[in-house]
Amino acid sequence: MQLSVNGKSYDIDVEDDMPLLWVLRDELGIHGPKYGCGIAQCGACTVHIDGEAVRSCSYAVGDVQGAITTIEGLGTPDALHAVQAAWITHQVAQCGYCQSGQIMEAAAFLAGNANPTDTDIDDAMSSNLCRCGTYPRIRAAIKTAAATLRGA
Amino acid sequence: MGRIKTIARRTFLIGSAAIAGGVAFGYYAYQKPIENPLLDGLAEGQAALTPYVLIDESGITLITPRADVGQGAYSVQAALIAEELDVRLDQIRVDPGVPSAAYYNGKVAFEGFPLAATATGFLADKGRIASDVAGKLIGLQLTGGSSTVPDAYEKLRMAGAVARATLLKAAEHKTGVAVAKLTTKDGAVILPDGTEISYTSLAPIAAVTDPVVQVRLKPVSDWRYLGKDMQRVDIVAKSTGTQSYGIDTVMDGMVYATVRTNPRIGGGVKGYDDGAAKAMRGVQAVVPITGGIGVIADNTWRAFQAALAVDFEWGAAPYPPTSDEMWAVVGNSFTSSLQDSQFKDDGDVETTLNEADILEAQYRIPYLAHAPLEPMTATILLTDTRLDIWTATQIPRFMQVNAAKLTGLDADDVHVHVLMSGGSFGRRLEDDYVQQAIEVAGAIKGTPVKMTWAREEDMTHDFPRPMQMSRARGSVKDGQVYAYDLGIAAQSVTASQLSRIGQPALGPDMMIVAGAWDQPFSIPHYRVTGYRVPEMVPVSSWRSVGASGNGFLHDCFLDELIHAAGADPLQERLRLCWHEPSRKVLEAVGEMSNWGSDLGANRARGVAFTLSFGVPVAEVVEITNTSDGIRIDKVYVVAEVGKIMDPVNFENQVQGGVIWGLSHAIMGELSFDDGVAEQDNFDTYEVLRLYQTPEIIVQGLENSTQIRGIGEPSVPPAAPALANAIFAATGKRIRELPLNKHIDFI
Repeated sequence: MQLSVNGKSYDIDVEDDMPLLWVLRDELGIHGPKYGCGIAQCGACTVHIDGEAVRSCSYAVGDVQGAITTIEGLGTPDALHAVQAAWITHQVAQCGYCQSGQIMEAAAFLAGNANPTDTDIDDAMSSNLCRCGTYPRIRAAIKTAAATLRGA
Repeated sequence: MGRIKTIARRTFLIGSAAIAGGVAFGYYAYQKPIENPLLDGLAEGQAALTPYVLIDESGITLITPRADVGQGAYSVQAALIAEELDVRLDQIRVDPGVPSAAYYNGKVAFEGFPLAATATGFLADKGRIASDVAGKLIGLQLTGGSSTVPDAYEKLRMAGAVARATLLKAAEHKTGVAVAKLTTKDGAVILPDGTEISYTSLAPIAAVTDPVVQVRLKPVSDWRYLGKDMQRVDIVAKSTGTQSYGIDTVMDGMVYATVRTNPRIGGGVKGYDDGAAKAMRGVQAVVPITGGIGVIADNTWRAFQAALAVDFEWGAAPYPPTSDEMWAVVGNSFTSSLQDSQFKDDGDVETTLNEADILEAQYRIPYLAHAPLEPMTATILLTDTRLDIWTATQIPRFMQVNAAKLTGLDADDVHVHVLMSGGSFGRRLEDDYVQQAIEVAGAIKGTPVKMTWAREEDMTHDFPRPMQMSRARGSVKDGQVYAYDLGIAAQSVTASQLSRIGQPALGPDMMIVAGAWDQPFSIPHYRVTGYRVPEMVPVSSWRSVGASGNGFLHDCFLDELIHAAGADPLQERLRLCWHEPSRKVLEAVGEMSNWGSDLGANRARGVAFTLSFGVPVAEVVEITNTSDGIRIDKVYVVAEVGKIMDPVNFENQVQGGVIWGLSHAIMGELSFDDGVAEQDNFDTYEVLRLYQTPEIIVQGLENSTQIRGIGEPSVPPAAPALANAIFAATGKRIRELPLNKHIDFI
């Protein structure tokens, strides 16, 4: 089976029903996507497939039909994505374990909604859990990222 | 090396001598110098100036022995050292170091003493010293009890100051320029002509320089970092997916594993059939461990699948199997034989309540899971002579001792490598998962194995916050609260937890009444009694521990009495409060929230106050009673910590604590049936999401002389402030958590 992850092509030999998360983590050593619940409830495993945010813990690798982007492919410490830069500016993270997923969710959301209302943000980001309670900072960081992405 | 070791010992003694001894108990042992663990295996040219500062040619490493479980402990420890060492936070690395008695916690034991945080005078001072003595005697390296900053505040600044002074001396040796003419900036010594000599280049000389032990700490007014907004040392890594957590450990030749044990905690295994599991792809072995099995495979998911394919015959739970039966045990615990403490007994409660019209109520709160988002995980490499453990933990030293017992190795041959933690909330004060991983590794000695719990295993094998019940009585007189008698029944978290780290639990458990018996109110007749419920599901510390539930139990009934008196909830709390820093907190939250102003139709506010871990916190919750249920609009929080180390992280911690408190108040519950927790993942153990999160406005006060931590204290008042607001909005007094059993939320 062939997978494209962060612009790189991989040959893998796994069961079709193995969740994408565990292919990324244990077969390819890509650890940005996190395991939190395994049932698409927490969002820590969020990655993009052709730009759309999906829960990789509940997405069978055999069903993947497109290019996968993980947090590592979104931006790097030396070349930050606008969402990551906003996350740093607002110092969102506490334990940080959910933040890869939050950032991937936010990046996909802002790509489709350049000027979100507070309700839009609440609706989009309520799919992702944070046990540390960084939600107020997530709200603020998304607004900053949206402004950056609009070129404001 | 011998000389360096002696020097460093002396150096550290200065660094840690903030509290001089003088107590009879353990005086000699307390006075003994502490080893500097950095001196073992020190390479040529490296200088370990104190147990907290390691400098060599490649850079400056600050040792931050308190675990970072998200609360920013690494950053604040580094900042305390950096302030006096005179380095920027972007010039240093942090490293949690090796487990060592040198890194004992001198503050956390105080919470176990029957002394209120607000107490002053001889006994309270002795208690504070005794806490330090106890911590040092047993080398209590533990992260918890919001004690990192209180414990580190002097210690780490001293460590930085001693290191800086010694580097200046080394520069004098190198250049011949007297120390008095030298200064420092950003990791370098500056000569009078402006020439910079980096600390790193001075390391070889500093290593053989007599340490300068006479140092003076900077006045607060000279602080460059502390007290100002700081960037966390981990913020870039945590925003780019490059932060490695315990679960991300990778080693050459590593195999993957999981475990499945009886969800009736302690119930054991009668038998199992692993035939199907063993035949599954990638499965290398199914091995028996205490209470269940471990699966070793070539991929975590394959291990999960195989563990689910094992057929078990489990033993019965060693506790009542249903929540109803458990509630009966709790309810039957209000007896004289189970009375655990009564350290608050002002006036004459019995006579007063026998003579008056009294208000009575019973409250209850459920078991709660910690459920940090990173499940329990550990990577183990076990050989016949050595054990290495890579994991996120708050108790590296206890873990070492438990692991030595389990394997028969010497504790010196057990090496705990502490990793970043994806949350904890107290869960990583336990090492059950590590012991399981060691058992699994015993079947595959010489091969590193990463054991990860499935979420379902994590949720059903927690050591939860105990279920609790309170029975309260009280009376009012002349529009004022006059008598308050509160009985609280709970399992002992302290006894349960200490039993698992081989420590005795002596005397009453202050956690049963924490956040209730020690509140700074003068009520003429005022009594708080703790009752110890027999052990059922084993329990442990959960963010803000005893106060987490007692804040609700104590403050809500106080609110009931205030309403019965016809008094204003904020004004009456202020009238009752004798503790000036607490009064200021209440006053400030009143101002912030514009208390008393009209909020409009279907809207109301509630106030609550809890002093925990020495931190008075007042919260006002504003809600709207909508046709779809209660919506929380705003929360105002004021907390007093003496000195705020980092305003950004302070706000983040306070907001997070409020959200944690609200989340569990609204919807958190572990209920039991057939001995098993009925909630096993986040679909049934629901937590607050973004759309339910209010705006949270935070203010920190610095009126107290006591330096305190902020990881926990904003949790306890959140639940009662919300419940009190619901009463104000609806007239409905809810006396059971979670609140959503009784009222709908948006």
